[in-house]
Amino acid sequence: MDGNIVEGLKLVGAGLAAIGMNGAAIGVGRIFASYIEAAMRNPSAAPSQTGNLFVGMALAEAMGIFSLVIAMIILFG
Amino acid sequence: MLEKFRGVGQVAIDPIHQFQVQKWLDLGTFGNQHLYFTNATGFMLLSSALIVLLFGYAASRGKIVPSRIQSIGELGYGFIADMIRSIAGEEGLKFFPFVFTLFFFIFAANVLGLVPYAFTTTSHIAVTLPLALLVISVVIIYGFYKNGFRFLKLFMPSGAPWWVYFLLIPIEVISFLVRPLTLSLRLFGNMLAGHIVLKLFAGFAVSLFAAGGMYILLAPLAFVMGVVMNALEFLVAGLQAYIFAMLTCVYINDALHPAH
Repeated sequence: MDGNIVEGLKLVGAGLAAIGMNGAAIGVGRIFASYIEAAMRNPSAAPSQTGNLFVGMALAEAMGIFSLVIAMIILFG
Repeated sequence: MLEKFRGVGQVAIDPIHQFQVQKWLDLGTFGNQHLYFTNATGFMLLSSALIVLLFGYAASRGKIVPSRIQSIGELGYGFIADMIRSIAGEEGLKFFPFVFTLFFFIFAANVLGLVPYAFTTTSHIAVTLPLALLVISVVIIYGFYKNGFRFLKLFMPSGAPWWVYFLLIPIEVISFLVRPLTLSLRLFGNMLAGHIVLKLFAGFAVSLFAAGGMYILLAPLAFVMGVVMNALEFLVAGLQAYIFAMLTCVYINDALHPAH
């Protein structure tokens, strides 16, 4: 019985850890939203900023990946 | 018949199975290590062989009016060269072969992993962490080689009041040391999560079909979703290789011009 509770709580913990990913989702969404908003205002400057766009996206996304990795460690570690 | 489909469904629903390293060949014992030729080794060799074949062929018969394969090679060359030039400047072109190899190795491994039943080598930290450590060691070694101890200015942004440095320097050092971790985890996490989602939707389609009755009507929806996710994964495969190469350029730029 005890073992089952531990196993069950592990799943709950993994689920809770994965909540951190919504922060990354919001962040990535905001980056693209701002990029498109700015690109609509000044389309000629947009291509020069795609590099910054993807670096920003990668940095924001990494935080979400961390919580995914924590969830995976709890599940399989 | 239904039993058979259930069996298929249960196998397909296990989305983690695809990441299992399988031993293909026993290479014997070296020292106190037992070595195996695994599917990870096989697919890494395959992706490097594909790149060598493609670019070897593209470069072997150079014409003024390029053939299709030669155009692919030239596009790849131009793409990476432009990326390095825009981030690290002309000096960064010294690292062109390094960034080019990294980009195309990761790209080939990601795309090869999308083939059904293929093994995605980049979905393992054991592959991505050495790549990231390689990048960061190149940056550190070249940074010290080129700038000497002025490389440490990287951790000391100019223009702040002196008392801020007590806080700023530790933060800069930590953010530098965390770079190989974020670089490897990003690639690993993206490939892992993407491939789990792919296999999940494929598994939904099979098990909905196997469930019979009304559920069969829902199976095409899961299948279409799987196809859409596959298209998204192609985008992610290219994007992650691009981001890896791009961040490598950003870090190399730090080694070239440490004072910012």
